[in-house]
Amino acid sequence: MWVAITEENIMGKYLLLKHYRGAPASVNDIPMDQWEPDEVTAHLQYMRDLASRLEETGEFVSSQALAPTGTWVQFGGDGQPPVTDGPFAETKDLIAGWMIIDVDTYDRAVEVAGELSAAPGAGGRPIHEWLELRPFYGVQASATE
Amino acid sequence: MNDALLRELVPSVIGVLVRRGADFAAAEDAVQEALVEAVRAWRDDTPRDPKGWLVTVAWRKFLDAVRADSSRRRREELVDAEPAPGPAGSVDDTLQLYFLCAHPSLSPNAAAALTLRAVGGLTTRQIADAYLVPEATMAQRISRAKRTVADVRFDQVGDVGTVVRVLYLVFNEGYSGQVDIAAEAIRLTRQLAAIADHEEIAGLLALMLLHHARRPARIAGDGRLVPLPEQDRSLWDTGLIAEGVGILQAALARDRLGEFQAQAAIAALHADAPSAEETDWVQIVEWYDELVRLTDSPVVRLNRAVAIGEADGARLGLAALADLDDSLPRYDAVAAYLHERDGDLRAAARGYVAAAAAASNLAERDHLTRQAARLNARLRAGTDPAAD
Repeated sequence: MWVAITEENIMGKYLLLKHYRGAPASVNDIPMDQWEPDEVTAHLQYMRDLASRLEETGEFVSSQALAPTGTWVQFGGDGQPPVTDGPFAETKDLIAGWMIIDVDTYDRAVEVAGELSAAPGAGGRPIHEWLELRPFYGVQASATE
Repeated sequence: MNDALLRELVPSVIGVLVRRGADFAAAEDAVQEALVEAVRAWRDDTPRDPKGWLVTVAWRKFLDAVRADSSRRRREELVDAEPAPGPAGSVDDTLQLYFLCAHPSLSPNAAAALTLRAVGGLTTRQIADAYLVPEATMAQRISRAKRTVADVRFDQVGDVGTVVRVLYLVFNEGYSGQVDIAAEAIRLTRQLAAIADHEEIAGLLALMLLHHARRPARIAGDGRLVPLPEQDRSLWDTGLIAEGVGILQAALARDRLGEFQAQAAIAALHADAPSAEETDWVQIVEWYDELVRLTDSPVVRLNRAVAIGEADGARLGLAALADLDDSLPRYDAVAAYLHERDGDLRAAARGYVAAAAAASNLAERDHLTRQAARLNARLRAGTDPAAD
């Protein structure tokens, strides 16, 4: 066995997952509709600026937001319609959206997630929101046997 | 020759190939290949007869494809039968293509994609980019659509109604990619209006122009959605408005009202108002009454409730809303708007929170959240709603 000397275990794509529910509570945990309108604007501007900075550094892959509604669906058996159960129960984890980044090191991924979590909220103070950082499985390197 | 002029030739070139015996799917592929070659070959020098050039090259591409095909007999028949490229009506060919690409057997998504490619001459990559799907996915969608209409006779007269609905759908796709799909929808509708004399095509074109005229004012520099009453009307494109109003007036004069003409009439009344306060809401309500009669659509009734709220007061607007199903898209937003006009800030703020949760896109969600935040801030400050 021969293993190429690469950084494949740390460089690559990471998913930054944001939750509506299910994450530990943020420090600045006030719902957005209770902020001052200017604070809403500042928050959205911060998110846009961060995405464009990551585009400039060549690290941004994509981002997507999800609506807060959803349904569980399951195969219902041959000839049967799918079984649905929903909307999601209040206690369940509820994903709000994600950003995918492609970075050189794990530390850099943590740094970006930290920046995202620093987005300003009520009173213009950082939300300190908990984000889930998940590495993608990479491709098998050609130089590994 | 610019890209749009080149693409204008696409439907008539496809038509020539089809009349020479190529099937639609193969003709469409051949013309796309010829377009790619044209972009390369014409960089320095546009041929004197661009359409003739495209026909020649596309026909050669088509024959190459047939030769590569296993069906040798068919190739020989076609080569033997190679006809003169007669001048026969390219106008009709273009119209037939609109009908074919909007054929009722196609799903709305498939019809929109096929129209953009075969009538609009866009590449699969450009269409995929506009619809935010991978190119391979869009390629499959288009080739499935071509198979679906493979047995439709090319000379069959279609339904104008399906064509205008597909073009309206394309227009509403907006502009997320590199190609301005709304502008492309206007180009295609303009081209259709030039070859087919129909008051609803004119109505749709007028509607598109009137909406497009407001686009520069609709999105603020920071990406924020600016609602109609707050738009800077000096940013509206007066040229497009004048053109839209002119087209609409000519269509209405024919006295065959349809839903797109009625929608355009409402857009024209907004365009006509120098300020939001000067909007002729009484006339707008009358047009919504016409639209209800024409479509019986709950969404139209929802919009009508807003107009009634403006014309006759928020209380009557809320009364008009009471008859409607509260699960309608945007119901909560309309209710919140009317509650605020009625002075019930608490109900309005609650409504905006619910509306934000149900929004179908981010710009709208952010706008509605900001409305809720604005009202909650006023409630916290204890502002007396009667005082402002």
